[in-house]
Amino acid sequence: MTKAEFRTPTGGRIDRGRPVNFTFNGKALQGYAGDTLASALLANGIHLVGRSFKYHRPRGILSAGSEEPNALIQLERGNRTEPNLRATQIEIYEGLVASSQNAWPNVETDVGSINNVLSKIFVAGFYYKTFMHPQSFWMKVYEPVIRRAAGLGKAPVEPDPDFYDKMHIHCDVLVAGSGPAGLMAALAAAKTGARVVIADEQNEFGGSLLASRETIDGKPAADWVRDTVEELKRFPEVRLLPRTTVTGYYDHNYLIMAERRTDHLPRGLAPKVSRQRLWKVRASQVVLATGAHERPLVFADNDRPGVMLADAARTYANRFGTLPGKRAVVLTNNDSAYQAALDLADAGVAIAAIVDLRTQLGGPLAAQAKQRGIRILTNSAVTATYGAKRVTGVDVMTINGSGESVIGAPTKIDCDLVLMSGGWNPAVHLFSQSTGKLRYDDALACFVPNVSMQAERSAGACKATFTLAGCLAEGAAAGAEAAKAAGHGEGEVPALPSVERTEPQQPIRPLWVVPSTDLVGHGKAKHFVDFQNDVSAADVLLASREGYQSVEHLKRYTTTGMGTDQGKTSNVNALAILAKSLASPIPQVGTTTFRPPYTPTTYGVLAGRDVGELADPARHTPMHSWHVAHNALFEDVGQWKRPWYFPQGSEDLHAAVRRECRAVRSSVGVLDASTLGKIDIQGPDAAQFLNRVYTNAFLKLEIGKCRYGVMCKEDGMVMDDGVTTRLGPNHFLMTTTTGNAAKVLDWLEDYLQTEWPDLRVFLTSVTEHYATASIAGPKAREVVAELAPDLDMSAEAFPYMSYREAVVAGVPARIFRISFTGELSYEINVPAYNGLYVWEQIMRVGAKHGITPYGTETMHVLRAEKGYIIVGQETDATVTPQDLGMGWVVSKQKPDFIGKRSFSREDTSRSDRKQLVGLLTEDPNEVLPEGAQLTATADGHPPIPMIGHVTSSYYSETLGRSIALALVKDGFQRMDQHIFAPLGGKTVKCAVTKPVFYDPEGVRLHG
Amino acid sequence: MLTINCPWCGPRDETEFGFGGEAHRTRPADPSALSDAEWAEFLFMRTNPKGLHRERWVHSHGCRRWFNVERHTVTNEITRVYQMGSASEAAETAPAAEQAPATAAIEKQGSRS
Amino acid sequence: MAKYSIFSLVKNALSHHQNWDRAWRDNRPKDSYDVIIIGGGGHGLATAYYLAKEHGITNVAVLEKGWLGGGNTGRNTTIIRSNYLWDESAALYEKSLQLYEGLSQDLNYNIMFSQRGVLNLAHNLGDVREAMRRVHALRLNGIDSEWLTTEQVKEFCPIINDSRQVRYPIMGGTLQRRAGTARHDAVAWGFARAASARGVDIIQNCEVKGIRREGGKVVGVDTSMGYIKAGKVGIVAAGHSSVLAEMADIRLPVESHPLQALVSEPVKPVIDCVVMSNAVHVYVSQSDKGELVIGAGVDAYTSYGQRGSFHVIEHQMGALLELFPIFSRLRMLRQWGGIVDVCPDASPIISKTPVDNLFINCGWGTGGFKATPGSGFVFAHTLAQGQPHALNAAFGLNRFETGYLIDEHGAAAVAH
Repeated sequence: MTKAEFRTPTGGRIDRGRPVNFTFNGKALQGYAGDTLASALLANGIHLVGRSFKYHRPRGILSAGSEEPNALIQLERGNRTEPNLRATQIEIYEGLVASSQNAWPNVETDVGSINNVLSKIFVAGFYYKTFMHPQSFWMKVYEPVIRRAAGLGKAPVEPDPDFYDKMHIHCDVLVAGSGPAGLMAALAAAKTGARVVIADEQNEFGGSLLASRETIDGKPAADWVRDTVEELKRFPEVRLLPRTTVTGYYDHNYLIMAERRTDHLPRGLAPKVSRQRLWKVRASQVVLATGAHERPLVFADNDRPGVMLADAARTYANRFGTLPGKRAVVLTNNDSAYQAALDLADAGVAIAAIVDLRTQLGGPLAAQAKQRGIRILTNSAVTATYGAKRVTGVDVMTINGSGESVIGAPTKIDCDLVLMSGGWNPAVHLFSQSTGKLRYDDALACFVPNVSMQAERSAGACKATFTLAGCLAEGAAAGAEAAKAAGHGEGEVPALPSVERTEPQQPIRPLWVVPSTDLVGHGKAKHFVDFQNDVSAADVLLASREGYQSVEHLKRYTTTGMGTDQGKTSNVNALAILAKSLASPIPQVGTTTFRPPYTPTTYGVLAGRDVGELADPARHTPMHSWHVAHNALFEDVGQWKRPWYFPQGSEDLHAAVRRECRAVRSSVGVLDASTLGKIDIQGPDAAQFLNRVYTNAFLKLEIGKCRYGVMCKEDGMVMDDGVTTRLGPNHFLMTTTTGNAAKVLDWLEDYLQTEWPDLRVFLTSVTEHYATASIAGPKAREVVAELAPDLDMSAEAFPYMSYREAVVAGVPARIFRISFTGELSYEINVPAYNGLYVWEQIMRVGAKHGITPYGTETMHVLRAEKGYIIVGQETDATVTPQDLGMGWVVSKQKPDFIGKRSFSREDTSRSDRKQLVGLLTEDPNEVLPEGAQLTATADGHPPIPMIGHVTSSYYSETLGRSIALALVKDGFQRMDQHIFAPLGGKTVKCAVTKPVFYDPEGVRLHG
Repeated sequence: MLTINCPWCGPRDETEFGFGGEAHRTRPADPSALSDAEWAEFLFMRTNPKGLHRERWVHSHGCRRWFNVERHTVTNEITRVYQMGSASEAAETAPAAEQAPATAAIEKQGSRS
Repeated sequence: MAKYSIFSLVKNALSHHQNWDRAWRDNRPKDSYDVIIIGGGGHGLATAYYLAKEHGITNVAVLEKGWLGGGNTGRNTTIIRSNYLWDESAALYEKSLQLYEGLSQDLNYNIMFSQRGVLNLAHNLGDVREAMRRVHALRLNGIDSEWLTTEQVKEFCPIINDSRQVRYPIMGGTLQRRAGTARHDAVAWGFARAASARGVDIIQNCEVKGIRREGGKVVGVDTSMGYIKAGKVGIVAAGHSSVLAEMADIRLPVESHPLQALVSEPVKPVIDCVVMSNAVHVYVSQSDKGELVIGAGVDAYTSYGQRGSFHVIEHQMGALLELFPIFSRLRMLRQWGGIVDVCPDASPIISKTPVDNLFINCGWGTGGFKATPGSGFVFAHTLAQGQPHALNAAFGLNRFETGYLIDEHGAAAVAH
């Protein structure tokens, strides 16, 4: 059971009828449904929750929300463990297992706290000044020690068993936050019929109202929340998303929200729904109603467990029925802490004193406190705190006239709770992410939204409006205006609910460092600014003294604001202390930029379902299932899965490829070439268009003829190649490489639409319309003839580089007599849905010839034997057609084509560029590694001048020896010379040859 | 994630589009008449302004049409979308948009068609 | 300038750290300088430092329009490596890596250069071929590089997913053991401090508004703090190179794009090397603070806004989790963007310009941080001598006319 002494007898939003069991650091504890882990721990009298990052100081629970810097938890174990979760945001569930982190052996006795003893040396940036000698010690000694201390919690060691989802929505008005301003904004917008989304990071709507004892329309605020939410639910166009953090605000009103769907439920239930869901919202208008964060005060040893933000304590008492202590001292510089003191007093906490930094009192709250007999010490400061793992008391002294120091003797006050309030920071994070410009408000001592850059408006506390009436009114107005701007309603503001009148607040006294007996940094006490990263006021002053005076330098040098809380409680204090040290006004020193996300967001939810099989689409050809059934191994080419080779029995790659090569050269083989890009080109100017994009001539290509073409970019470098066939006077079919298909189409379309809009040409990608089987080998003709009995297959009637339409195995087909193997070869295109059938017929008919399916590896070997290039292998964006020995494909007659002008540039026209040659090793069984670099001489020590590299290298079954292609500097002039491939262990001598190794006359091709 | 108002299809997410760089760079009619320096100017040199930029986009996952966009390269505010070929008109009317309030353009863009 | 050491730390602790010197002098501009460096990022500060150290030129000002190191120096993923394909690039980046190896001692500022190895993964046969080409080239250039099989990759980085059942299985990778990471801000601060100690003026919040020329020769710059005369001017303002060059009527082959990155919450050490994968577009390392530092991609459009689109980040996350499934429950803490100058060949320009005595250093794309000391070293030489150093001779502006591009795109299609 939770300890009754730390619970109010009644009240709060916990369900006292539903106890929930959980463990903390191995200890079995109990809370109630509706508790956060923080409220449940406090209800068990536990304040010491974690250790700080650098000094390993004992730390308690500072806040009650997402700004928490201290109470970080390692939640659960095993594959669902998660580091660095804020206890203030974890909803407890049955069986929850929580542990402290960054402490060894445990949070009570942490060896790391030795760092606290050395803290005088471990000041901001100390590591930049030491650990430099001897040099070798950095990697061996110093850095390993630093790294061992790194991090807070531990990463899981197993894959995540949960899954994640995404939603895409458009809306008229997105409301971020569901406090009084947010609810009213949603209501006002909903009444116009607008599509409204309202999201809140908490488990239930209401924001600050959930912890308020105020009344609205004469009923408790929480009841008004309940009724308003019910009313909102009745609008069909309103979507309410609790447990959903609006976490990123990007350009053009694009926002992301992270919804936690199962994190509040016991772990290990069958995952029927996604754990978290990412909402991607395009909002016409946004209303930011994100509230405000209370600021800590920077006073001596302000980090002891039991020191807490005043409003957080109020929240624990009012909302969670939890008493964070029995006897509290309140330290404040503004009025809001008085409300906390009064509420806590009502809940049963003794208020030992209110220590107010301000010189005089005023206002109704102070009067109430006084009336209730609470001791109020004005113009006073807490100058010391006592207690190790829990605060036990404070010293209070009078502040001197300048506010810089204290006078008189300290009064010691015993307490087990210190509540502080340094004023409020509007939660301007999303506004800042939207690139909105902030303004510093001197009277309120905080940054407020100033100039909007996107279609958003702030309302309520995030705009520094702190009265309930003000929040309701601003919210209603913002909702109505947003709806109107989105095209709904006329901006009519609904009737506002009635609230109690609130008196104006007394001004804040922003003493950014609360004075104490010693100068900051001189005594033993530390004045913490950033609790998580152990940055003290002394560190800020040190950074300033050393010249790190830009806010960004300060953050980076001291690490203030760089923790998991992203400085929600520390940024403004740090900035103000820096400004004071520079004797400059705060806005002149700067502001801080807030970057997404608002609170840390799991990689799982950012990735959503784009993992595993859905990481990237896989494209399969129509014959894929056949390849799988026949044992193919696949190669990824772009998104395509292409058969790499078809091993039989125990064959490895090399054995299979040799067999496949033999089959093609001696009989017949078949390759699935469906993945090659196919672009249908039609229009009266199609030939003219091709003539401009290819380096060679296309105007006079005859109908029914095929032509190989090379495309260059404007810089003259080879971009792609392929065969284009004239199907009719105004109709061509272009093929591209598999990997470049989409790129080529885009590129052609670009020229057509933007450079030559006068050309009447239409481009259509037909890659996936057709399945392509490439039948190659001396027996290819017999196979095709049997499948297409009506077609005259004679060499005269159907010559090399020509095209016929025919019925193949009963299916209308396009047949191209083109070859990438150097053999007699036909590429048969049939409609994709007939692809598998026709393939099977090819295999059936070819069986008598031993037809052999072959993959990309065999294709590579066969084409290399013929010296045919592969774009991307023989080329790398620095290679011209001339470099490839393909000057014949570059027209001398055409006045212009893409890339032509670049050929005559100084470097591009050199005659000694790297050029494509063949290489033959002295040992015919030596296969050079692809990528091997080539040198002119056999020996030397690095750096050794390189003259080129091996682009392709194989063992050629046909030739009974190894062959290689290489790009070699001045290669054309090196024919029959020897060059070298230094491979580390050995150097291989090679003869430079022409790159065509097999059938240079092309007899087989034309046969 | 920008919203780009395709002149053919209406406002769509940026991920449907491809970026084509600076607009109104016309391929020289006779490249062979250019010096190497003039050719390099066309090939590689870019205005790359900080401010309003006239640029080309293509609706790759939509109508596949190229068009021009005028966008502020700091705020990413899109001030104009216009079809290919209306270059001179764009040049004349461009600067006025610089003073337009940021939200106005976005509201205009974000409105449903 | 007092030397930094453990002894100075202890000594200063006794006086409550009240007596530390400023890391660098914060100057107001003088009327005139021998050399003005526009841009107080790592490259500009390194240039100033080496001008003073190597060339004895100390009448130098570094003008920074914001805060030192506030551009890409403070926004990158801190990776340092020299495993570049082309000889010219490899030599330049290797010089830089060698300077990094002694930089903490040279500057007397611990930049925390952590040589924990950079692993570049291969996911398809094309990657493997490309990787082998690079390994061979690097070896002959005298730069450490080795090929690891999938099993060796797993051994080197045990948390990596070596399953064959993923969409793009790991087929091996190249490893440069001398590569690693450094504390990026410290590089800027260290150079600033050392340059300042040698007499260089460091002037923050000083924006250059114009570049004055007389007779085809630069004579000074107009700034938000007034006109300053200069014998020579060097532009080193990544992200804004085009804007500054335009002040001297120079057009550049450069486009500015946002490059995004992100970090996780700090966790106990879980990955001890840098892992990069061009094929699936992600790179990751873990800082000495425990954050996973993750590089994402470049936004397609040009921009000077130091932020990017969410979908670029989003796209990377699937790839990240494919490689590291155990990261799924960890959380992104912060994302940001930097503005990178991208050249058509993905190689920098370190060059004279058509204006006499005006020099430019730009176009580093996504790879500038690793080049910081090397870039400063050769640019200082170029400024001092009026001629490029042998290491940057190939990186002139004129290459865009001659066609002598150093195309690192082919080898590294995505951000590195």
